[in-house]
Amino acid sequence: MQAFDYKFQKFEPLKSFKKAPELEVYVPGHRTCAGCGPALNYRLVAKAAGKETIFIGPTGCMYVANSSYLCTPYACSWIHAQITNGGAVASGIEAAFKVLARKGKHTGAFPNVIVMAGDGGTVDIGLQAMSAMMYRNHKVLFLCYDNESYANTGIQTSPTTPYGAATTFTPPGKEIPEGKVLFPKDPPQLVIGGHPAVKYVATTTVAHPLDLMNKVRKALTYEGPTFLHMLAPCPKGWLFDEKLTREMARLAVETGMWSMYEWEDGVYKYTNVPKKYKPVSEYMKHQGRFAHLKPEHIAKMQAFIDERVKAVKERVAIPIPTPKQTA
Amino acid sequence: MAKELPGYGTINVPKDREVPFGAVTPAPVCTQDLFQTSNWRMKRPVKEDEKCTRCLVCYMSCPDACWEYKEAEDEMYWIANFCKGCQICIQECPTGALTAAPELDFPDGVVRLEKPF
Ligand SMILES: Cc1ncc(C[n+]2csc(CCOP(=O)(O)OP(=O)(O)O)c2C)c(N)n1
Ligand code: SF4
Ligand code: SF4
Ligand code: SF4
Ligand SMILES: [Mg+2]
Repeated sequence: MQAFDYKFQKFEPLKSFKKAPELEVYVPGHRTCAGCGPALNYRLVAKAAGKETIFIGPTGCMYVANSSYLCTPYACSWIHAQITNGGAVASGIEAAFKVLARKGKHTGAFPNVIVMAGDGGTVDIGLQAMSAMMYRNHKVLFLCYDNESYANTGIQTSPTTPYGAATTFTPPGKEIPEGKVLFPKDPPQLVIGGHPAVKYVATTTVAHPLDLMNKVRKALTYEGPTFLHMLAPCPKGWLFDEKLTREMARLAVETGMWSMYEWEDGVYKYTNVPKKYKPVSEYMKHQGRFAHLKPEHIAKMQAFIDERVKAVKERVAIPIPTPKQTA
Repeated sequence: MAKELPGYGTINVPKDREVPFGAVTPAPVCTQDLFQTSNWRMKRPVKEDEKCTRCLVCYMSCPDACWEYKEAEDEMYWIANFCKGCQICIQECPTGALTAAPELDFPDGVVRLEKPF
């Protein structure tokens, strides 16, 4: 029997900024903080995916700050989900469209189904619904915009908040001078490690717009579940000058705090691997959330990153041709 | 319907924007005009056109989509109504074509919007 043609959309890689779709699908006019990394992330994702997209927005800044007072910046379909169940809502939408297509009641292109979840909505409170969606092999792009905290409720610690960061739930004090003592979860590894239906996982940041858009487009061409982990600095929560949003993401890559890679059916491809990593203090010094740290705490962070960067080397960082970044 | 909020006087929530629990709202087309953010900013980016190479970095850097490339005029166009003044574009511009100018230096600077949102 021939497989049913759902008319999945096809996306070519973008070669330059000029080639990026002009259409804004995440339009101006929203209540995110000035210089919000997740907002820039949203805009680039929506631009790359285009109008034939359904966004699922679990509770978090990218729901609350965007859809305040009944006006939203989404120029495509968008639905709110509970913070716990982005994966479940997406599963239902995808399954419904498949049935409608098979019955001939939906004849157009198959919409992109994208969950735009915060780190809390991905690897903490939203984990089981995401994992179940991936297990059931839905054609859904689950995307984690990582601002490294439960930002919307006032910057509480999440499982991706780095060691040593001050948050409202990890305030530094006499008893616990470093604030946060735990080391973070690794979202892409959680997905890769336990979900055989997932064939494409990648990481990127808002400092790499072309790379970001191309990873979105590539993920959307897969017929099953895919996962993207995106570093989206949050000036409000991390306490840095808001004009440095992209610079923070760039420094994260240059210091090894963040690694850029693609994982395609078992094969790792690393990009933007610095010849020599900068010390993590170069990244941390700009951010008020680390201001209380003593040299011994920074050394502990450095040791953690050195260990993680080793894994990058072991997986063989081969330079792959990516479109030239202008900045 | 008018609602009393202690310390805030009265706000009028128009009937068509009152919702009981959930709602379906119309999608915006080019900009969300119900939520203009121009009065957030203290500084605005000012462009020195001779220095601008049309590299589109500012356009790719703005969370609020306030830079647009107008092909016909071959010019970068700034969308004043929504720029929050975060200065990311100024920070990222590789040629130094953008600088920050105090909002109060402009005749239309810090205009109070008619509606709060
Ligand atoms: C079940 C449930 N618990 C708690 C909340 C409160 N809450 C609303 S937004 C939010 C933060 C979400 O964090 P994250 O997913 O990282 O998104 P961010 O706000 O950082 O963008 C929380 C805890 C909620 N809405 N639902
Ligand atoms: S708190 Fe952070 S993530 Fe939330 S809107 Fe502000 S800058 Fe964006
Ligand atoms: S970033 Fe600077 S040089 Fe590039 S298009 Fe914008 S203003 Fe021009
Ligand atoms: S200052 Fe910020 S909001 Fe204004 S145009 Fe530049 S990047 Fe956009
Ligand atoms: Mg978060």
